[in-house]
Amino acid sequence: MVETPRPKSPLLRSFRRPSVIPGFGISFGYTLTCLGLIVLLPLAGLVVKASGLGLSGIWEVATDPRVASALRISFGVSALAALVASAFGFLVAWVLTRYRFPGRKLVDAAVDLPFALPTAVAGIALASLYAPDGLLGSALARLGIQAAYTPVGIFIAMVFIGLPFAVRTVQPLIAEIDKEIEEASATLGATRLATLTKVVLPPLIPAVLTGFALAFARGVGEYGSIIFIAGNLPYVSEIAPLLIVIKLSEFDYGGAAAIATIMLGISFLTLLAINLIQAWSRRRFGYV
Amino acid sequence: MSEIFSPVAVPATKPAQVASEGAITRAVLIGIAVAFLALFLVLPLFAVFTQALSKGIGAFLDAFREPDAWSAIRLTLTVAAIAVPFNVVFGLAASWAIAKFEFPGKSLLITLIDLPFSVSPVVSGMIYVLLFGSQGLFGSWLIDHGIQILFALPGIVLATVFVTFPFVARELIPLMQEQGTAEEEAALTLGASGLHAFRTVTLPNIRWGLLYSVLLCNARAMGEFGAVSVVSGHIRGLTNTIPLHVEILYNEYNFVAAFAVASLLAALALITLVLKSFLEWRFAGELAHGRAH
Amino acid sequence: MSSRTAGRTDRPSTAIRVEDVSKTFDTAAVLHDLSLDVRAGELIGLLGPSGSGKTTLLRIIAGLDAPDRGRILFGDDDATGLAVQERAVGFVFQHYALFKHMSVADNIAYGLNARRRADRPAKAEIKRRVGDLLDLIRLSGFGDRYPSQLSGGQRQRVALARALAVEPRVLLLDEPFGALDAQVRKDLRRWLREIHDRTGQTTIFVTHDQDEALELSDRVAVLDRGRLEQVGTPDEVQENPASATVMKFLGDSVEVEAIAEGGRVLVRGRETPVVAPAGTIGPVKLYVRPWQLQLAEPESAHLSGTVRSSYRTQGRQRIEVADAEGRLLAVEDSDGVRYAAGHPVGLRINGGHVFG
Repeated sequence: MVETPRPKSPLLRSFRRPSVIPGFGISFGYTLTCLGLIVLLPLAGLVVKASGLGLSGIWEVATDPRVASALRISFGVSALAALVASAFGFLVAWVLTRYRFPGRKLVDAAVDLPFALPTAVAGIALASLYAPDGLLGSALARLGIQAAYTPVGIFIAMVFIGLPFAVRTVQPLIAEIDKEIEEASATLGATRLATLTKVVLPPLIPAVLTGFALAFARGVGEYGSIIFIAGNLPYVSEIAPLLIVIKLSEFDYGGAAAIATIMLGISFLTLLAINLIQAWSRRRFGYV
Repeated sequence: MSEIFSPVAVPATKPAQVASEGAITRAVLIGIAVAFLALFLVLPLFAVFTQALSKGIGAFLDAFREPDAWSAIRLTLTVAAIAVPFNVVFGLAASWAIAKFEFPGKSLLITLIDLPFSVSPVVSGMIYVLLFGSQGLFGSWLIDHGIQILFALPGIVLATVFVTFPFVARELIPLMQEQGTAEEEAALTLGASGLHAFRTVTLPNIRWGLLYSVLLCNARAMGEFGAVSVVSGHIRGLTNTIPLHVEILYNEYNFVAAFAVASLLAALALITLVLKSFLEWRFAGELAHGRAH
Repeated sequence: MSSRTAGRTDRPSTAIRVEDVSKTFDTAAVLHDLSLDVRAGELIGLLGPSGSGKTTLLRIIAGLDAPDRGRILFGDDDATGLAVQERAVGFVFQHYALFKHMSVADNIAYGLNARRRADRPAKAEIKRRVGDLLDLIRLSGFGDRYPSQLSGGQRQRVALARALAVEPRVLLLDEPFGALDAQVRKDLRRWLREIHDRTGQTTIFVTHDQDEALELSDRVAVLDRGRLEQVGTPDEVQENPASATVMKFLGDSVEVEAIAEGGRVLVRGRETPVVAPAGTIGPVKLYVRPWQLQLAEPESAHLSGTVRSSYRTQGRQRIEVADAEGRLLAVEDSDGVRYAAGHPVGLRINGGHVFG
């Protein structure tokens, strides 16, 4: 499906701008071949499978009560978790870039922990902490909250994996804020609160939204860190990715492909939203 | 943010703080942020090690006396040893083509390379099941020819390569773009061949970025769970990677062993973070990412 | 200057010949049928405003860009199809493009080390040549430093040594002093001229700075919008600019409405010492340098106006005069007479150029 361009062909010459640097043909050809075989071809297989079902077939799967409930839980809880991750992520990013305190570098490095820690490890760790007899689970139980085996557990796991996205998208922008802008605002008589809400925050909103969207998309697709704490009770704490795994183990490829298509569709819309936010931000503020 | 109400923050006393919050506000915000991170991020990591050692060092070591644990470790190392070099070669080729040349459709190509990052791990595994599973597109052909991809090493490698696909390329592309082509051109005018220029000029310029991306790529390759779980078939002693072995032990209520094996991966994560932070601190100017902190 | 009668003795002295070279990037034409001969051993400056195609021409000579049409000859050999590695040119990049991860000595030795084993000098020989070049650029003892530990001017010199190490057929410099501050730039200019006089290396350099080109070059080639406007010695291009573009680019000038009549040029009916090109008759534009204007009594003047301001710069009195249309004319006068603003004055034209 991928045409590997032969180096030095006239087509290739006119395709790219001429350059004295060698190796375009081979590197470009190798890139396209790998991309095609490993990423595009398998994803095309999913599209083929899903289009075989047709819209009605996908709708049928989507409206199955168990699937609908799993999708609702995945998307609903993820949105909530992304919201919380964005709020605390902003606070963490602000504190890490604006304030100097002992151990700041260590705290900064810790933010990437969910990136580095394998999801299964995070999953069993969270499950043991929030189990009814766990360190945090027993404390929450005294407050009347049961975390493990409920959507609360799913929420906790999603905040965990979404947090680095929220922090790392706003952090560089906070670092770039020109202090003189704030000083100018202060010389013009604004209180600190007014400076923050009227001058500092508005340009950061697109980045916060981008961080939210990234955390949201990650939460929807997440599997490993959730399944241990979630308990996976159908209609209560079963997430969509788990349902895909169940369908696959039952050799119901069509059902799995349908759920995956719905998830990819919504993720695609999220990505589109990110791009629109960034395009708008570039027009409005001149940066992403 | 409480100056408006607080009599403490009189601007005249501390003119240097015009563009910052008052000391009390700052302390409170730092406290909240650090407490939140400790509770949500650090405590789980801590829990892995305490649970692993909860029954003493002997019980911890017992987890590694099992042959299944060793076969999982071997498989994980094998998979990483194939997937990481593959992604290094791909990342070098992709960044060379994209950063050093001008051609139409470049941003589309970058988006496609990034695609695996926005696909759920479970779906990443599933697409290979749809292709190579017994009911999949090529399933019957593979059975006829006696080729095993799913529930075997090739499937696990493919799924791992897919989820780690963008790691090296997305670090090297911006790095090489920033470095431009002047040094390579200089090498060529001095008589160097393309390969010689790549080896003596390009590679040394991107070495730290490459190492940085290999670290992250390796951590993900060894720790991947969702995608590998779908394609592996969970055959004990054969197709279980370390994360899958952890899952099985945990589901068998063998908590100490599960956390003991998990502590291997947690230690890997810690080492990765330490090295990553070191590279960001020492070679900030020679990395594309991690410059802001 | 096109005294091509002695063709036989002239021929071997041509080091590089650019023949009808055209180049288009995307849709914008950068060079139009440009031809230029570079003589062996000369130091020639390609002068032009940004976007005039001078850097592209330099890169085409080096083999870093390929011309769409036309040929590049090195001596009598067609080099158009030669790869950059085979051209044996020394190229000094605008921002030097030093290899950051290599020491100064390794940078200079790079071209020698890149050779195939059979052609590569022995280690000791390379070391000796690097040492000689370090002496030449007056950086002996700096061989173990890294580019980041050098000043801009030192980096520039290392880049030059690196290019010279391969004993190139021609040395090509792209805006060699562009990134340096004024004083360093002056010193390096003089030093580059010295090196050139000592080595006799054929050298082409690109610049947008008139002073630099005029001070440094044996000959100057003035480029504008991809075309060669004029080639000549600094004196030739200044005394006899070939076009209004060259005239304007080489310094301040005033445009005056005039009438050409039988070889004479009249302004407001008064004769000027300027000679009109043969066959030019009727209204023309006369271009005058500030020093070719002189304050005069209104009745004997070609132009009149009022003094706006006057100031002294580098020992010369510069007076700005607003003419009847409100245009500002710069006048350089050494009389030392100071006029108050608003004083009416006349201006006499003592020279200038009319282009056909």
